[in-house]
Amino acid sequence: MNSGLEMKNGLPEELTVRGVSKSFKTSRQTIRALEDVSLQIRGGEFVCLVGPSGCGKTTLLNIVAGLETPDEGTVLADGKQISGPGGDRMMMFQESALFPWLDVAGNVLFGLKLRSDINGKKRREIAANYLKLVGLERFMHANIHELSGGMKQRVALARSLAPNPRVLLMDEPFASLDAMTREQLYGDIQEIWAQKKKTIVFVTHNVREAVCLGDRVILFSPHPGRIQEQFEIGLPRPRDINSVDLAKYATTITRALKRILRPELEEVNE
Amino acid sequence: MKRWRNAALLFALLIGAMEVLARMGAWSPVLFPSPLEIGRYLLEAVADRTLLDASWVTVKRLMIGYAAGLGVGVPLGLLTARFKIVDDTLGTAALGLQTLPSVCWVPLALIWFGQTELAMVFVVVMGTVWSVSLATAAGVRNVPPIYVRAAQTMGSRGFHTWARVILPASLPFIVSGMKQGWAFAWRSLMAAEIYVTVLTGFGLGHLLHYGRELQAMDAVVGIMLVIVLIGLLTDKILFSPFERFLHRRWGTAQGKR
Repeated sequence: MNSGLEMKNGLPEELTVRGVSKSFKTSRQTIRALEDVSLQIRGGEFVCLVGPSGCGKTTLLNIVAGLETPDEGTVLADGKQISGPGGDRMMMFQESALFPWLDVAGNVLFGLKLRSDINGKKRREIAANYLKLVGLERFMHANIHELSGGMKQRVALARSLAPNPRVLLMDEPFASLDAMTREQLYGDIQEIWAQKKKTIVFVTHNVREAVCLGDRVILFSPHPGRIQEQFEIGLPRPRDINSVDLAKYATTITRALKRILRPELEEVNE
Repeated sequence: MKRWRNAALLFALLIGAMEVLARMGAWSPVLFPSPLEIGRYLLEAVADRTLLDASWVTVKRLMIGYAAGLGVGVPLGLLTARFKIVDDTLGTAALGLQTLPSVCWVPLALIWFGQTELAMVFVVVMGTVWSVSLATAAGVRNVPPIYVRAAQTMGSRGFHTWARVILPASLPFIVSGMKQGWAFAWRSLMAAEIYVTVLTGFGLGHLLHYGRELQAMDAVVGIMLVIVLIGLLTDKILFSPFERFLHRRWGTAQGKR
């Protein structure tokens, strides 16, 4: 990609999660969303967090994004403590969270307009460039409600990538899409990751999806949220979600996931 | 175009029938004038400027009061949604005052400001403020939190988040509040003008009042038509652009082509 059409930014960041705990109080009880979680993510690594609901994976992502603060522990980005949201870390959500009062280009420009180091012309060039990257340059001036679910997530991806963050945080971004669209996006996201060199932390329920995308899959267990097991995925890229090798990894991880779930089920039965 | 043709045809038929019936003496001209007489009155009143002057006096009161009402109502709504203390105090007051027909402010306005323009403008402001404020607050409370989170991760903070995310995201609510505020303001201004004589300017309400006193029913009905026209024009000029924008961006059903 033409480097003249990019915002200046450093290398992908290394993330360090050190002894992070977080609880939420509801009216009835206190939920331990995360307990003493430590994790090291290399710069440029693609890490997938999987686990059953309530295992705190989304909470961890929010903490890394700076949207929530941990009760205990720290998160470091390239050795510097994270104290709030920052331009080096962009987040993508399950629903696209695109702004309906802006058109497609306006949404992609939103983050760019908050940067004072580039002028309007360059902003528009960057936005157009990223819309091209996700294959939606023809929809620059479309309204959000006119887009399909897959197109919305593509725009959301372009919006998160446009300010050239060093870390991309993705919270089940493909969960509400149909299987065909999802498969396309698996290809796209791997390509973009290889091309743009980012650290990606990707939260999902879907084990196959995690194996397809991640260099490493981290399995969380719930109540309280902890890291249960980690799996290095040594498959060559680009990966096809339907390949047999991938299915083997997925089976191993799914078994581990079931071991976590079983005691829970028994608890419910009692 | 077909819609316009049908409407024109229907109204032409109605007016024609009324003219014929009025000439046949189906009712007394004191009760309801014939369409031709109304037309004659309107031409004369436009020619000697009474109608234009009165319309301008009324519209000016309305515009000033409405603009002031928006200027106070939108910020008040934002503050209500943002600060619990404002919500508990002014927010509750707004809820109560919104139920008060704004023409009820007329006696107080007359004591405070005398028979002046300010009294009339005040009534319009009272008609506008509470509806707009409540709608704005409701709009802010209905902004999906994910918009704010998304904006924050992109580096938006504080005032920027309010001006560029929360306010535009509340727009559908604010516009409906604006329409309601306008309706309250317009109705209460007409009531106030009919019922109070303000010496600094004669509005359409005054003309209507004198029309009744002089038993000039052609004038009364003619002025009513002008009032309807102003209402329609306001809808087209003030609200249609907003509604088209909402329809285009949000894809809501209203104003569908």
